[in-house]
Amino acid sequence: MAVAEFKTPKIGEYPVIPHLQEGVMAHSKPYVAKPDLQEKLGYPGELVDNWKEVAIEKMGELTGKYRSLQVFLDSCVKCGACTDKCHYYLGTTDPKNMPVARQDLFRKVYRRYFTVSGKLFPKLVGAEDLTEEVLDDWYSYFHQCSQCRRCSVYCPYGIDTAEISMAAREVMDVVGKGQKYCNEIIGKVHVIGNNLGLPEPALVDTLEGLEEDVEEETGVQVRFPVDEKGADVLLVTPSADFFAEPHIDGLIGYAKVFHQAGISWTLSSYASEAANFGMFIGSYENMQKLALRIRQAAIDLGVKRIVFGECGHAWRVAYSFLNTLAGPFDFLDPSYPVPQHICEVTHGLIQEGRLTLDPSKNDDMVLTYHDSCNVARASRMGDRSGGQFEIPREIIKSVCNHYVDMPSYSIKEGTYCCGGGGGLLTDDLIELRVKGALPRMEALKNVVEEYGVTHMAAICAICKSQFSKVFPYYDFEMDQIVSLHQLVSNAIVLQPEEATPSEEEQADAA
Amino acid sequence: MSVLTTVFAVLFYVATAILLVFTAHKIWRYAKAPAPLKIPTTPAPTTRSGVVFRMVKELTIFESLFKANKWTWLFGWMFHFGLLLVLLRHLRYFTDPVWGWVVFIQPFGKYAAFMMLAGLAGLWARRIFVDRVRYISAPSDHLMLLLLIAIGVTGALMTFVDHTDIVALKAFFLGLFVFNWSPLPDDLILIVHLSLVILLMIIFPFSKLLHAPGIFFSPTRNQVDNPRERRHVASWAARLESTKTG
Repeated sequence: MAVAEFKTPKIGEYPVIPHLQEGVMAHSKPYVAKPDLQEKLGYPGELVDNWKEVAIEKMGELTGKYRSLQVFLDSCVKCGACTDKCHYYLGTTDPKNMPVARQDLFRKVYRRYFTVSGKLFPKLVGAEDLTEEVLDDWYSYFHQCSQCRRCSVYCPYGIDTAEISMAAREVMDVVGKGQKYCNEIIGKVHVIGNNLGLPEPALVDTLEGLEEDVEEETGVQVRFPVDEKGADVLLVTPSADFFAEPHIDGLIGYAKVFHQAGISWTLSSYASEAANFGMFIGSYENMQKLALRIRQAAIDLGVKRIVFGECGHAWRVAYSFLNTLAGPFDFLDPSYPVPQHICEVTHGLIQEGRLTLDPSKNDDMVLTYHDSCNVARASRMGDRSGGQFEIPREIIKSVCNHYVDMPSYSIKEGTYCCGGGGGLLTDDLIELRVKGALPRMEALKNVVEEYGVTHMAAICAICKSQFSKVFPYYDFEMDQIVSLHQLVSNAIVLQPEEATPSEEEQADAA
Repeated sequence: MSVLTTVFAVLFYVATAILLVFTAHKIWRYAKAPAPLKIPTTPAPTTRSGVVFRMVKELTIFESLFKANKWTWLFGWMFHFGLLLVLLRHLRYFTDPVWGWVVFIQPFGKYAAFMMLAGLAGLWARRIFVDRVRYISAPSDHLMLLLLIAIGVTGALMTFVDHTDIVALKAFFLGLFVFNWSPLPDDLILIVHLSLVILLMIIFPFSKLLHAPGIFFSPTRNQVDNPRERRHVASWAARLESTKTG
């Protein structure tokens, strides 16, 4: 499956709702998981002979297990409110990328086998048999949904296509047609502990290298501890933070924040991954297994708090699901929420005046901020509704002098996905990723031209990787995407003589 | 007793039974299926009363639809609010004596028929002329609008043009409640109107009209945003729990 040539969409003067072009993305399909990857997760290696029966049985099971799925399949009235809300539709013009049309790929099969009207009058109500063509369409178009939930904001019944995508992917997994990218990664985390398959020695090496770099640059010994028993904070962060740009600059930022605040912290080599791809494939069991590694690491290391690094879908699983999947966390310090986002920690410290910041250090940049979809619409920060919008912005404004927001339809709850979320951040889907980034690129270009914005900050590992990859297609530079804590890292003033020796000694002794 | 009266009396009993039994069955399914994870679309209320407020806004002013598309919102709201007034006005045919507030809304309810029809016409126009909405429409989506428009037009004809024997009609309905049938007037427009209403009642539990009960069960709208404070384990997930090794 070679990656076909494609044209990068043109950024217009203002956003337009494109006319439909049927089938233009039908060819877009990620690599199918090989049998050994499938079997590791307990799925059949390849398409089973009686796949139709298995699929239909699974659909029935899922509608009984998930109220969301049952209600969403019945309730859609085809009003069209969602049709122009998906970044993949706006970027590709393929009608099957309209949220309702994507849902209908699943719904038409549900109607055929599970509803009276679909059994009696399939043509009339748009019900269809499950055939190989339908399964092909599922594989193609349910891997063109980044589960970003933008459609669910605008649906009068709150129908969330992400729920249907997850269900469809789970059905495809149990019939033996899983996606390589997601399933390979989940397999690695089950065995090694992170998406990259980075074993403990390599992790330790990387972090030692970072300590040296930071000391060279600042003259201060900022520690990056791994597996330190008795630390207060277990930091769980996406593994991209250990090697990718600009993620790693964010990791340096977290370390500097902990250092200056005198908070002892540690990473875990057992749970060295925040991202939980179990959600992408709709598998409660896999998601729970991955979440339990974090619980185990917290118990083994005897920490008091769990803090998550900058990530989007990971923060959804952490904020919304972790307590349910792997709780109760009654062995942690009850004065902190479980888990906390690194932005909550940093924001709190700024409020308390415990960080010394010099925003002029970021004066070479004019910043804007990309709300990551799953932080914006599937989770929260702080104790107030909407804190996930305010807290990151307040941090940026504390560490930068020049900040502007992108147009209002493209931020906060209306934010566009970067184009690479939900298990699509793979090179075999590059065309989709480039096209899906169009709405965000339009909004960014708008503030670049009007306000001279030079950089966009993000707090999601997927967003950062995705933007570094697709920026050049739209004539931006790769390094115009920055980590939020990279800005904190730039502004934070570390003074060697003020290093808190008691804390350091404690940490050394531990 | 005329054949017509008997047929319609029986049809109304059957249609009402189908509507109630099958809708109740669906509601029971919605209530029984667990919501194993917290999935409110955020920002979401952090308290129960906040959720009630969010739901009230969805139900009365269609808040999400307003954010999505002003035309669909306008037509959709005109239709639903018009329908509500029209239905409430119809209570006068089923109650004796007629409640004071039903008397009060009578003039509004009469003219609400036009608002309802205008809304339906707008929605159908969108379904025909907007290529995105046309693409997602099945034949049943068009027919549903046609059915509602036909019910509205026949009703409005009787209100404003060609009155039926409303006293006799009311006696027929009151008779249905006590199983003591009175004759149904045999006006053609009335027969068409009632036939279509019966059809709508029968279709309801098997169609997208389930959005009416469905919205109350939508987890993205009715959940409180408090997952860090409270665990939210569904019964089937609890069974996995007992085998967890962590």
